[in-house]
Amino acid sequence: MTWLDTIIQGVLLGGLYALFAAGLSLVFGIMRLVNLAHGDLIVLAAFLILVLVTALGLNPFVATLVAMPLMFAIGWALQFFLLNRTLGADILPPLLVTFGLSIVIQNGLLEGFTADSRRVSVGGLESASVALGPIHVGVMPVLTLASAIAVIIGLNQLFYRTSLGRAFRATSDDPVTAGLMGIRPKRIFATATGIALAVVTIAALYLGTRANFNPTIGPARLIYAFEAVIIGGLGSLWGTLFGGIVIGIAQTFGAAINPEWQILAGHLAFLVVLLVRPRGLFPRAVD
Amino acid sequence: MALLETKGLTARYGDFQALFGVDIVLDQGETIAIIGANGAGKTTLLRSIAGVLANQPNAVLFDGEPVGVLAAPDIVARGIAMVPEGRKLFPSLSVEENLLIGRYGRAVKGHWTLETVYNLFPVLKERRVNPGTALSGGQQQMVAIGRALMSNPRVLLCDEISLGLAPVIIKDIYAAFPRIREAGASIIMVEQDIGQALKVSDRVYCMMEGRITLSGVPSELTREKIHAAYFGVA
Repeated sequence: MTWLDTIIQGVLLGGLYALFAAGLSLVFGIMRLVNLAHGDLIVLAAFLILVLVTALGLNPFVATLVAMPLMFAIGWALQFFLLNRTLGADILPPLLVTFGLSIVIQNGLLEGFTADSRRVSVGGLESASVALGPIHVGVMPVLTLASAIAVIIGLNQLFYRTSLGRAFRATSDDPVTAGLMGIRPKRIFATATGIALAVVTIAALYLGTRANFNPTIGPARLIYAFEAVIIGGLGSLWGTLFGGIVIGIAQTFGAAINPEWQILAGHLAFLVVLLVRPRGLFPRAVD
Repeated sequence: MALLETKGLTARYGDFQALFGVDIVLDQGETIAIIGANGAGKTTLLRSIAGVLANQPNAVLFDGEPVGVLAAPDIVARGIAMVPEGRKLFPSLSVEENLLIGRYGRAVKGHWTLETVYNLFPVLKERRVNPGTALSGGQQQMVAIGRALMSNPRVLLCDEISLGLAPVIIKDIYAAFPRIREAGASIIMVEQDIGQALKVSDRVYCMMEGRITLSGVPSELTREKIHAAYFGVA
């Protein structure tokens, strides 16, 4: 029964990694931009939620709803005024700029909030659990996975059922021809990054309530997000969820054998998938 | 007053100058054809009008207003749509989505809707859930034309729509043009097939090395005149 427990905990942890990864996957899928500041943006959103909770006394879930449009605006402006200038045939400028942005965000947060570990309290919900037959699962992990699934369903609906989604796909295929259709690729990219940061805010809620965080933990979250995207296959959002779950299960199994092996086991699972299926398990993108 | 006019239009790709002062006029309801050899500047002319290449403001006049500096999305919003060379369908979109993207972000009024485009090219309705790029070349060209029509353009720019297609298919596609004209579009078509160009157009311009070398109505253009304008030999 402990094996079953380990798998279930791993699946639930995978939901968190899928939330980390969904925004990264969206941005990469539409504009082939690898955002190295993605993890730090998750931490930034966690601090924003923390500020809203402590300064305004908001419930963390309400604070997240307030933070989402703010993060959307930050993402829109970041893409429109900065990252759009780096896009082109050369893939190096966006990497360098987002790497620099990662350092700027970390140091800005250190200045503003010190290096102390913080946590967002959800009023006892973090220790609440429900019984699933013989297995007890935490309420917050279940909410995390449910949120991840909801986010991916929502993004898929947006992509394949709306006019904006068509514009996303058309711009991803061919920005010049998209312009001939009346689409403004730079605004489409800005909207995509805005949506990615709204998703990042949801990820930040669970990052900040499940464990302690401080300004320097962003890059490690970026790695998990990357691994989830690559395992799932570029361009597939369901693949990203699956990739997150693979890492989650590997980590909980590693931790079950020896707590020191948790992080290592996740990275090893990633390497094994990369060796066997270099394009990921469910690749959609052709290039 | 001309519906669309270029005045001394120039265009360059870096150091290479592709157009040297091109003047053309399109009147309301007219179809004009641009012919010329490869590299004469025909596609560059269409791309300049469509806003893919930036120009001097007064180099392109639409309805008397300078539109030369406007970018492609602004040009299509004003009513000039393009069927690009090589069709350029979006591979990630189905046939129907390719058509719908033609009117992205705008409430467009006019004759052309999904229904009327499907009436014009019935085969597209059968294939509407397929990816656009899964269709035959001729059907893809129909999607590309339908996609441009979905914006209900006042001017339709067609770049080499017969390129790479079998003669019988070309005939089918050109059979749709009388209905496109009746619905109110004025047309500029770039065509390598001179016979086809003379047949469908009211007036013809011939280009060579970035300049207009001949213009006139098809009935007045002799083989010799076209030959001279096309190849630059007397």
